[in-house]
Amino acid sequence: MSVHTLSVLVENKPGVLARIAGLFSRRGFNIDSLAVGPTEHPEISRMTIVVNVEESPLEQVTKQLNKLVEVIKIVELEDREAIERELLLVKVKADVDTRSQVLDVVQLFKARVVDVATDAITLEVTGNSDKLTDFLKVLEPFGIRELVQSGLVAIGRGGRSITERTLRPVPVPVTAFGA
Amino acid sequence: MTDEGSTGAQVTGAQSLIKSLEHAGVENIFGIPGGAILPAYDPLYDSKVRHILVRHEQGAGHAAQGYAVATGRVGVCMATSGPGATNLVTPIADAYMDSVPMVAITGQVPAAAIGTDAFQEADIRGITMPITKHNFLVTDPAEIPRTVAEAFYLASTGRPGPVLVDVAKSALQAMTSFDWPTELNLPGYRPVARPHSKQIREATKLILEARKPVLYVGGGVIRARASKELRVLAEMTGIPVVTTLMARGAFPDSHPQHLGMPGMHGTVAAVAGLQKSDLIISLGARFDDRVTGNLDSFAPGAKVIHADIDPAEIGKNRVVDVPIVGDCREVIADLIVALQAEQDAGTTGDYEGWVKFVAGLKARYPLSYDTPAEGLAPQYVLERLGRIAGPEAIYCAGVGQHQMWATHYVGFENPQTWINSGGAGTMGFAVPAAMGAKVGRPDTTVWAIDGDGCFQMTNQELATCTIEGIPIKVAVINNESLGMVRQWQTLFYNERYSNTDLQSKRVPDFVKLADAYGAIGLSCESPADVDATIQKAMEIDDVPVVVDFRVNRDAMVWPMVAAGTSNDDIKYARDLAPDFEEDEL
Repeated sequence: MSVHTLSVLVENKPGVLARIAGLFSRRGFNIDSLAVGPTEHPEISRMTIVVNVEESPLEQVTKQLNKLVEVIKIVELEDREAIERELLLVKVKADVDTRSQVLDVVQLFKARVVDVATDAITLEVTGNSDKLTDFLKVLEPFGIRELVQSGLVAIGRGGRSITERTLRPVPVPVTAFGA
Repeated sequence: MTDEGSTGAQVTGAQSLIKSLEHAGVENIFGIPGGAILPAYDPLYDSKVRHILVRHEQGAGHAAQGYAVATGRVGVCMATSGPGATNLVTPIADAYMDSVPMVAITGQVPAAAIGTDAFQEADIRGITMPITKHNFLVTDPAEIPRTVAEAFYLASTGRPGPVLVDVAKSALQAMTSFDWPTELNLPGYRPVARPHSKQIREATKLILEARKPVLYVGGGVIRARASKELRVLAEMTGIPVVTTLMARGAFPDSHPQHLGMPGMHGTVAAVAGLQKSDLIISLGARFDDRVTGNLDSFAPGAKVIHADIDPAEIGKNRVVDVPIVGDCREVIADLIVALQAEQDAGTTGDYEGWVKFVAGLKARYPLSYDTPAEGLAPQYVLERLGRIAGPEAIYCAGVGQHQMWATHYVGFENPQTWINSGGAGTMGFAVPAAMGAKVGRPDTTVWAIDGDGCFQMTNQELATCTIEGIPIKVAVINNESLGMVRQWQTLFYNERYSNTDLQSKRVPDFVKLADAYGAIGLSCESPADVDATIQKAMEIDDVPVVVDFRVNRDAMVWPMVAAGTSNDDIKYARDLAPDFEEDEL
C-alpha cells in the first residue's frame, strides 16, 4: 500500500463532507486522515485527505472525487514538494519528581506546555507524523493519560497557490435543458 | 400558471417551483402528491405542465426514465417526503446506473422540523447521495429557480444522470421573488465533450495497425445520439460491431457487420469478437462485469481505445492504451475525419481475415432455440412480436429471461427503441417505463415485454395508463416462474427450485386483471395463435392491452457464460461449447 496526500478544494456547502466520506466508503478507498478548514476564499473549503492506496486506484480516487459537483480541484502533494503538519495534544503523567524530565523532552521537540496540574502536564506539539510518533515514544515511559491528534494539513512549497485561478467563473448560459 | 413567466414577481415558493419547471421546458411530470409537496400541487393545477398521477412513486420514477430514454429529454418525477421519496430510490438508482437524465422533485418536512424525526421525514438527500449525479436540499425559497436550473443542467449534460431536488415545505409556503437565472456557475462541473486531437491521432494509428479490431458499442452512443456517425465509421472501415444491452438499436441488427450483443448472454460471434480481437474500440461502454466475464481472462490479446464522456470510466476495469474523454458523437465524428484523411492518402486497415473469421462464427453459431414438442416457445413469441410490431416500435423490458430473449429476438434497427434496466437490473421496470415512453412518443407503438414475475411488481400503473389515455401494450411472457433464477437453479443448484414457482398461470388471471384495470386482456398458449393475437393487440390503440403469453417454463436463455468464468467458456446451448479451433485465424 502507498500513501498519498491530496489537497481537495471544495465548495463550502452543507453536505459536502458527507459526500466525500460516502464516496470513500462505498468505493472501498481507505482514508488515513482527513482535515477540513476554510481557505482565503470564504466560498471555498480545503480538505487534506491522506489516502492509502495502490498506484492505480489513486487515479480512480481522484477521478471519482472530481465527479462530485462540489469538488473544484484536486492536487496531489508530493512529500518533498510540500510542508505537512499535524497537531498533537497529549496529557502526560508528571509529578514533582518527573516534571523536569518531561520538560526536557518538551524542549527537545520544540513542544509547548499548555496546562499543568499537580499530577500531569498537557503538551502541544506540531510536526509531521514521524516527529509526533517519536515524541510519543519518548513520553511513553512517563505515562500517557490521554491524547488527541488532528488530521494532517499540507501546503505546497514555493510561491504558487493552488486556489489561484480556481475562482475564475466559467458561466454557462441558461437555455432549454431538454426537459 | 395564471400569470406570465416574467421574472421578479412576488410568488410563493410553490409557484416559483412550478414556474421554474415551466422555464426548464418541462411538459410532463409523473408523480403523486402528499403532505410535504402539497403546496406545489396547487399551482401545478393551473399549469400547462401535464401531471400524470401514477399509482406508486416507483412507477413515477421508471416512467420518467422511459420518457427520457424514448425522447432524449429530461424525465421528471415528483413525490412527497418520507415514504414518497424513498419509493423513488429504486428508479433513481436505476437511472444512475444507466445514465438516464432525470430530475426528481421531492417535498421535505418544514425546515424547522428537519432532523426531528417528524412525520413522514426521511433524509432523502442523504439517502440518494450515492445514487444521484448530484442532489440538493432547498430551505430558502429564493434558491428554488437557480436550483431547478442547475438540476436540469446537471441531469442533461456530460454523462447524464438523475438529480434530486428536495424542497422543504416551509420554502414552498413562503413568499419569494421569482428570478429565473440567465447563467449558471458551477466551478466544479465542467464536462469535456470535445475529444483531444492527439488522442484521436493515437486512436487512428492503432485502428490502422490492428488486424482484428472490434467496435464495442455501449449506451453512451445512444445517449450521445451518435448512431448515424457510428454507421459511417463502421462502414468506412469494415470493422465488426458489437452492441451491449444498453446499446441495442444503436447499430442495425440486420447489418452484416453486426455480431450482436456481447456478454453473459451474448452471441457466440460477439463474445468471441471481443475475446479474440487485437483492438477493442470502446465507444460509450464501461467494461461491465456482465460483458467481460472474468476480467483477468477477458480479451487477453487486445489493445484498448476507450472513449467515454466520464473520465472515471476510462481505465476503471480494464487497462487502456488510448483514453479519449469526450462525447461519443464528437469522438466518432473526429475518428471519421482522421480515418478518411488516411484513406484518401491510400492507408486503410487490413481486416480481411478477421472479418471472415467473425462472419464464419456468426454463420456457424446463430442465435437459436429448440421448439418444444408441446406448448409455446417464448423466443418464438418475441421473434413474431418484433416482426409484426416492427423496428419503429419501442420495446421496454423488465429484467430476466424475457429481457434477454427480447434483446436477442425482437430485432432492433433504430436507437431509442429499446428501453430496459441494464445496470441495476430492476424487476418491474417495463410497464411504468413503457407508460413514460408512450407519453413522450404518443404516435409510436410501445410494447412492454414483461415476465410474469416483473409484471406483478408494477402492473398497478395500468390504472394510470387507462385513465390518462396512455395505450401501451404489454406482452407478459408467462412461464409461471422467476425464470432466470429458475434457470440458475436448473444449471447450478441441481434443479432444486427453491421459491421460484409463481404459479402465475393459475393466480392471478392476467386477462381478468387487465379487464379490471379497464385494459383489454388477451391470452395465447399455442404457436398457431401467436400472430393473430399480436395483430389483434396491434389493432387496439385506445386502451392498454395485456397479452398473457403462456409459454413453456423450461425454456432457457442461451448462449451463456456462467458468472465469474471466462468468456472463452461460453456455451451456446446446454453443455455445447463452440469449437473456435477450426475457425482459428
